[in-house]
Amino acid sequence: MLINNGLVYLIALPLAGAAILLLAGRRSDKWGHILATLLSASSFAVGLLQLSQMLGRPTEQRAVEQKLFEWISVGSFQVDAGLLLDQLSICFVLLITGVGTLIHIYSISYMSHDHDRRRFFAYLNLFIAAMLLLVLGNSFLNLYVGWEGVGLASYLLIGFWNQKPAYATASKKAFIMNRVGDMGLSFAIMIAFASLGTVSFAGIKEAAPHASTASLTAIGIMLLVAATGKSAQFPLQAWLGDAMAGPTPVSALIHAATMVTAGVYLITRSNFIFDAAPTAQLLVVIVGAITLLFGAIIGTAKDDIKKALAASTMSQIGYMILGAGLGPVGYAFAIMHLLTHGFFKAGMFLGAGSVMHGMDDEVNMRKYGNLRKFMPITFVTFGLGYLAILGVPPFAGFYSKDMIIETAFNAGGIKGILLGSAALLGAGITAFYMTRVMILTFTGAPRWDEKAHPHESPILMWLPMAILAIGSVTSGFLLSRGDALVNWLAPLFAEHGEHEELLKPIVVTSLALLMVAIGVAIAFMKYSRSEVSNTAPEDVSFLTKIVRRDLLQDDFNEAIFMRPGQALTSTLVKTDELVIDGAVRGVGSVALGSAGALRGTQTGFVRSYAALILIGAVALIAAIWVVTQ
Amino acid sequence: MNAANYLYVSALLFTIGAVGVVVRRNAIVVFMCVELMLNAANLAFVTFARINGSIDGQIMAFFTMVVAACEVVVGLAIIVTIYRSRRSASVDDASLLKR
Amino acid sequence: MINLAISVGQTETPEAVMFWILGPLAVISALGMLLVKKAVHSAILLAWVMITLAIFYIAQDAVFLGIVQIVVYTGAVMMLFLFILMLVGVDSSDSLTETIPGLRPIAITAALGFGGLMVSLIGRATIGRQMVGLTVANLDGNVQSIAKKLFSTYVWPFEVVSALLITAALGAMVLAHHQRTIVRPTQREQAINRFRSGTLASAAGLPGPGVFARHNAVDVPALLPDGTAAAASVSATLKARGDVIDSRKFELGEVDTSVEEEK
Repeated sequence: MLINNGLVYLIALPLAGAAILLLAGRRSDKWGHILATLLSASSFAVGLLQLSQMLGRPTEQRAVEQKLFEWISVGSFQVDAGLLLDQLSICFVLLITGVGTLIHIYSISYMSHDHDRRRFFAYLNLFIAAMLLLVLGNSFLNLYVGWEGVGLASYLLIGFWNQKPAYATASKKAFIMNRVGDMGLSFAIMIAFASLGTVSFAGIKEAAPHASTASLTAIGIMLLVAATGKSAQFPLQAWLGDAMAGPTPVSALIHAATMVTAGVYLITRSNFIFDAAPTAQLLVVIVGAITLLFGAIIGTAKDDIKKALAASTMSQIGYMILGAGLGPVGYAFAIMHLLTHGFFKAGMFLGAGSVMHGMDDEVNMRKYGNLRKFMPITFVTFGLGYLAILGVPPFAGFYSKDMIIETAFNAGGIKGILLGSAALLGAGITAFYMTRVMILTFTGAPRWDEKAHPHESPILMWLPMAILAIGSVTSGFLLSRGDALVNWLAPLFAEHGEHEELLKPIVVTSLALLMVAIGVAIAFMKYSRSEVSNTAPEDVSFLTKIVRRDLLQDDFNEAIFMRPGQALTSTLVKTDELVIDGAVRGVGSVALGSAGALRGTQTGFVRSYAALILIGAVALIAAIWVVTQ
Repeated sequence: MNAANYLYVSALLFTIGAVGVVVRRNAIVVFMCVELMLNAANLAFVTFARINGSIDGQIMAFFTMVVAACEVVVGLAIIVTIYRSRRSASVDDASLLKR
Repeated sequence: MINLAISVGQTETPEAVMFWILGPLAVISALGMLLVKKAVHSAILLAWVMITLAIFYIAQDAVFLGIVQIVVYTGAVMMLFLFILMLVGVDSSDSLTETIPGLRPIAITAALGFGGLMVSLIGRATIGRQMVGLTVANLDGNVQSIAKKLFSTYVWPFEVVSALLITAALGAMVLAHHQRTIVRPTQREQAINRFRSGTLASAAGLPGPGVFARHNAVDVPALLPDGTAAAASVSATLKARGDVIDSRKFELGEVDTSVEEEK
């Protein structure tokens, strides 16, 4: 272990950028975005340097730890602020800084008309720093700091245009629903400390085999709650759609590529807990399976291009959670899907941003159409991402998603069949709604207003899209070639025995491709063969209406949590006013009233005071008289 | 003779003094009534000294006299000062400490 | 008189006689002090009460205290009171009418209750029923035994009290001290002011009291040529006390001149 290995620069560079941009204020308007981009890029460079150093070391010495300072030292509770860079963290570091830098570059152009562009870059840098702290922390408590930091950055960026009340509400919604998950994480930390006596990853990994299953299950469930909050998984998924209120680069970076995958990171990082807590692990796969279908179904009815992509993100993270819940055999595939998803989903979001840029911020896909003629580069990059997410070989998604479906089928028994079927079905629905997005946006007859003048985006915008498109084409192949990622991550996870294969890999692949083909075919029949109205049709089935309302997720939350919560709050407010404030004010008014009454006795005449003293003396003597009776 | 009789006199004098403090308005007379109360207390001290056969009561009375002398000196000086500024020796006129 | 009082104290019946004469007298004097209108009368009655108490002290084997009572109280303190009375003069404060409504009944009721309860308590007391007497304590003489106690057991309070006395003296001086804010006018300036202010009548000073050849006391106002009394000729204090005599009866016409005519 190296004592000073420069890990801290990974975080310090973007953090310094955020500090400089926020503190310098308007003075940095001219050069702030360039500084932020350079700092993000230099953080990426440090990450590459770390990777090369790591590759130069033998497998068992690859993980490096750096103690920054003694953070908390209370009795038996010892926590150091420390960083841990191992095979898992480096994947995230490179994803965050790499995709982050590309999105910085993209934002220079995308946000060029916004007079608050500097603040936007400051928040982006803050997010990068917080996310790096999240993945580099060597204990749950350090991770928690980063976890809250990305929550804050997400809140600030979703509400970046908070002059619109709906956007401000969206940012609050995201923040509050994240808080619910954060409670889970803090409970997990508390339970870990109470039952295991430590909160560091290394310490818990060591202590986990000797701990009781009950406490490990409790920690696992609480970690799952945290993951569902941050990664927009069922039942805390409702915030992600509204989070699209933020500028599109934010959606690409935070709500597609990095932050929302923190839940997957958390579960993968805590693999030693979940491996020892089968109940929690089962819950993880259930959450993953439900969410992947939930998100996919929502995606089918969305006319807002960003919300459709957000639903897709939710669904894809469901795949990752499912993979992570399958145990040692699935962790690496979850991470692989996370990385490939980071490429193609970020690319597609940037593509969506490019489309919006060309269409005067119009997000309704029903008002697009035939854009491939006007935005060829966007069409190509988006299309490559589309092929990747569908899982068409040899694009990236094929390798990662296919492996997850396969692993799900191999989970064994009824569970395996159910999970595998869900994943397969999800792949089919994904193909349907993504094809729908493609058709509505890039093909067919133009349906836009006469004022719109679609045009291709400038190079600063399409270059990152192109790079990400290359990633979405090649990353899957590169990562799975010779099981590169699986072997790379293997030292972190427990050994897993060979499962009996329910279905041959080739069968699974064929089934998945068949589902995809069916999905694509339905979409073609529905949207390509007939005219698409530029307003959403009203005479639709009841199910469609429900799906359009996000499967009633908001109605459910409002009915179950918001209204009773509001009722409780207003009752408490009334109670506070009447009982508590009433008591306080009552004391005050009693004191005032009695003081006013007593004030009347103050005549200022010495003789009346003397008379009172005399009366007091009489009372005293009378008391003595009575007592000595 | 029963020495308690002196105590009765003492109690009566004290009561009269107390009434005087409350009833009279002339600050000097009020002061005289205070002196009367002190003297009544002294009589009680002396009587108790005799009843108990201990000289301590007389010592107490002695100290009371000294303190009373101090009190008279300062009190009368205050009365003169107030009179000088207000041209009145009535305790009712110095009633600024009211609501 | 001292020896008489001492002998009265040491014998049973004479002390009772003395008590039953002086005791009621003291209470009546105190009541009188409360009830008379003029502060000077109150002071004299108080002085009498204090002398009575001094006699009581001496009768109760407290010779030293008795003498101190006369010297300090009737001598020093009461004289001080009279001095202040003279300085302050007489004003409305001597009036016995009550200005605070309800105070007098309250005071009297409380006083009656207080006195009654005290008397009842003294009557009920059981401790001290057997009188010890000071014969043993005063064996070396009363002054000597007080001195022994004062300079041994009570030496610390004695010192503290001495500090108190000095502080009181200083305090009285501070209070009595009067910072002059204007330059005191010289005699010459006063004379000039007198002549320049108002009428010439004031220049000659105030008219003296008294009616020529008939009555020259300070409480008789002088008569002006038109026969009315000159208000400026008597002290305001006397007027306030109501001690001014009507000077008309000393007018020439009012006096019986028959005797002179006979001569």
